[in-house]
Amino acid sequence: MKKSNFPESQFELQIPDPLRTDEMTLSMGPQHPSTHGVLQVILKTDGEIVNSARPQIGYLHRCFEKHAENITWHQVIPFTDRLDYIASMNNNLGYAIGVERMMNLEVNERAEYLRVIVAELNRIASHLIALGTYGLDIGAFTPFLYVFRDREKILDLFEEICGARLLYNYVWVGGVAYDAPEGWREKVLEFVDYFEPKIKEYNDILTYNKIFIERTANVGVIPADVGISYGVSGPSLRGSGVNFDLRKDDPYSVYDRFEFDVITGKGEMGTIGDTWDRYWVRVAEMYESAKIIRQAAEQLPEGDAKETIPRNIKVPAGEYYMRTETPRGELGYYIISDGGKMPNRVKVRSPAFCNLSVLPAIAPGVMIADLVAIIGSLDIVLGEVDR
Amino acid sequence: MEPLVQFFYILLPFLRDWPEWLALTVIGIVAALLMFGFVAIFALFAIWLERKVSAHMQDRIGPMEVGGWHGWAQTIADTIKLLVKEDIVPENADRILFKLAPAIVFTAALAGFAVLPWTQDFIPADLNVGLLYILSVSSFAVIGILMGGWASNNKWSLYGAMRSASQMVSYEIPVALALLAVVMNAGTLSMRHLVMAQSGNILDWNVFNFFPLTAVAFIIYFVASLAEVNRTPFDLPEGESELVGGFHTEYSGMRFAFFFLGEYANMYVVSAIATTVFLGGWLPPFEFLSFIPGPIWFVGKAMTMVFIQMWLRWTLPRLRVDQLMYTCWKVLTPFSFAIILLIGLWKVI
Repeated sequence: MKKSNFPESQFELQIPDPLRTDEMTLSMGPQHPSTHGVLQVILKTDGEIVNSARPQIGYLHRCFEKHAENITWHQVIPFTDRLDYIASMNNNLGYAIGVERMMNLEVNERAEYLRVIVAELNRIASHLIALGTYGLDIGAFTPFLYVFRDREKILDLFEEICGARLLYNYVWVGGVAYDAPEGWREKVLEFVDYFEPKIKEYNDILTYNKIFIERTANVGVIPADVGISYGVSGPSLRGSGVNFDLRKDDPYSVYDRFEFDVITGKGEMGTIGDTWDRYWVRVAEMYESAKIIRQAAEQLPEGDAKETIPRNIKVPAGEYYMRTETPRGELGYYIISDGGKMPNRVKVRSPAFCNLSVLPAIAPGVMIADLVAIIGSLDIVLGEVDR
Repeated sequence: MEPLVQFFYILLPFLRDWPEWLALTVIGIVAALLMFGFVAIFALFAIWLERKVSAHMQDRIGPMEVGGWHGWAQTIADTIKLLVKEDIVPENADRILFKLAPAIVFTAALAGFAVLPWTQDFIPADLNVGLLYILSVSSFAVIGILMGGWASNNKWSLYGAMRSASQMVSYEIPVALALLAVVMNAGTLSMRHLVMAQSGNILDWNVFNFFPLTAVAFIIYFVASLAEVNRTPFDLPEGESELVGGFHTEYSGMRFAFFFLGEYANMYVVSAIATTVFLGGWLPPFEFLSFIPGPIWFVGKAMTMVFIQMWLRWTLPRLRVDQLMYTCWKVLTPFSFAIILLIGLWKVI
């Protein structure tokens, strides 16, 4: 806007800005290679710059919560597998512990240790996928295959203990589905020995690659207060420097018996809370998980881990909110029982959903390539976002 | 064409008895077919090689079934598949431009082959401005890419095309400047004379001439040429994790194959230029190795460069578009100017 040349004039002359450009609305997804499933993001872009990003979810909605109202307490467990299908063990665990606490049920020691081992193995497997797909988002293809090579070994261990490779249905109310087979404990220890040096390989090819750092440092910064107010949790929040890990802060199962550190982002390559920090928290957490697995496998008590309670249980009337730390963050089950054979309501507080909700707040002003990096660094699983 | 004609006259003496126009036409057509055949076979081989190289870098083994020995016929099968696929043109596409674009990209790549000196005698067209010619025709490809991206009527394609246009136009400058550093020394633009100026042993090659100035020029040329052929870490125009498929998102079947063929042909062309200008072309590194014919040296050196391109692709992540421009304008271009200046001073003093 510019003042008119006529000083006595009351009107302002409006001259259109010759350099003004139009916004373009882009639909990124649900068929897009790097939305990690069937997420749609509606982008308003000005050239390569994103002005606003609005996630559209619901393409993978499978009515988990409604289903859970019509099946018995035990039958819910296979459904929890399908929430976050790359960390099924952790999903089973939260639900099982929640129901046990409502019933005041004691679980024998060996079962608790096995639960911790499988949950941490699954955390490693999940973080591996996060690493690999993050590399893909940035344009590096090779780390993806490297992580799948090592994840394969974890899946082999799971196959041996429960027969399944993706949806395990292993942690049951009152214990675990099967005891560990002969020699499984040694194989777990062997895997940990094999795995720890491999992390250096990922660091060499991806973490400390100059181009990778250039692409991820100072990008998509989530300040700690913004993260907390949006309900971000898990590695995505710890990347912002917040020391919050339910395994330490609200211990469940036997986590209080093991020694491990909570990794938080330090802003080593740029700002605290950038995508590199979130990525680095996942890498460092794999070391910590390996530490827990080693301790748990070494202390694994003898005994029978198989659950012994009847299939048709009745849970005393009441409500309980059980939260556990999954690879994606705080997974909460809000369980309401009316004393019957079936849950009255199972509400899931999904970490991936809350983590995704921060995207519109940090997206404006970044480039399209950065947006892909941000979505990747939040490590969402659409199965859990939509439920 | 003179050396080529002489080469054919020696090879096939009966051509001398033919009228000159007929002989020239026949020689021209045969040479063109040879080039086209080489491009097609090279692309088939390079795609197979890329799959094998990437597989072995990623702890896999790659194609093993088709054709028996290490899946050598895999790309042939793929090509046949692409040939028989349905020809899809999006409904709202600009049909003429959409169909024209792959042809232009491929033609630009193929035209570069006209001046590659395979050996002292076999060079399809020995232009006295060969290097200039190759720089000009290689910038042709950007028109085809822009055309394809625009005509697809797809926003992702348009993004790919825009990125590609800005990238290829910018990176032509460091490429040209880096080559200029050598041209200043050799005093010729003819591809044949550029090689002949490097005769001797490995230390007479241009990379080691004016050491380390031309070595740096060589690195600048190589990095910039990666950007010109859209290879990682500069594969932004087709970066699949951002732009789905970039400028060829909407292409399928044979048209897609032509883009692909163009990309691989371009890979070979830039490697061949590097070989010609910096690595002594068809000359052996040491005198006692001269019993190995020139074309083998030439193709071998070029293939080594192609392999390095593949190696980089399966190792490095991708740059962002602003970092790409930064690399070009603030790193490569000033350095190549500095090198030209220093070589100029060296020659004067």
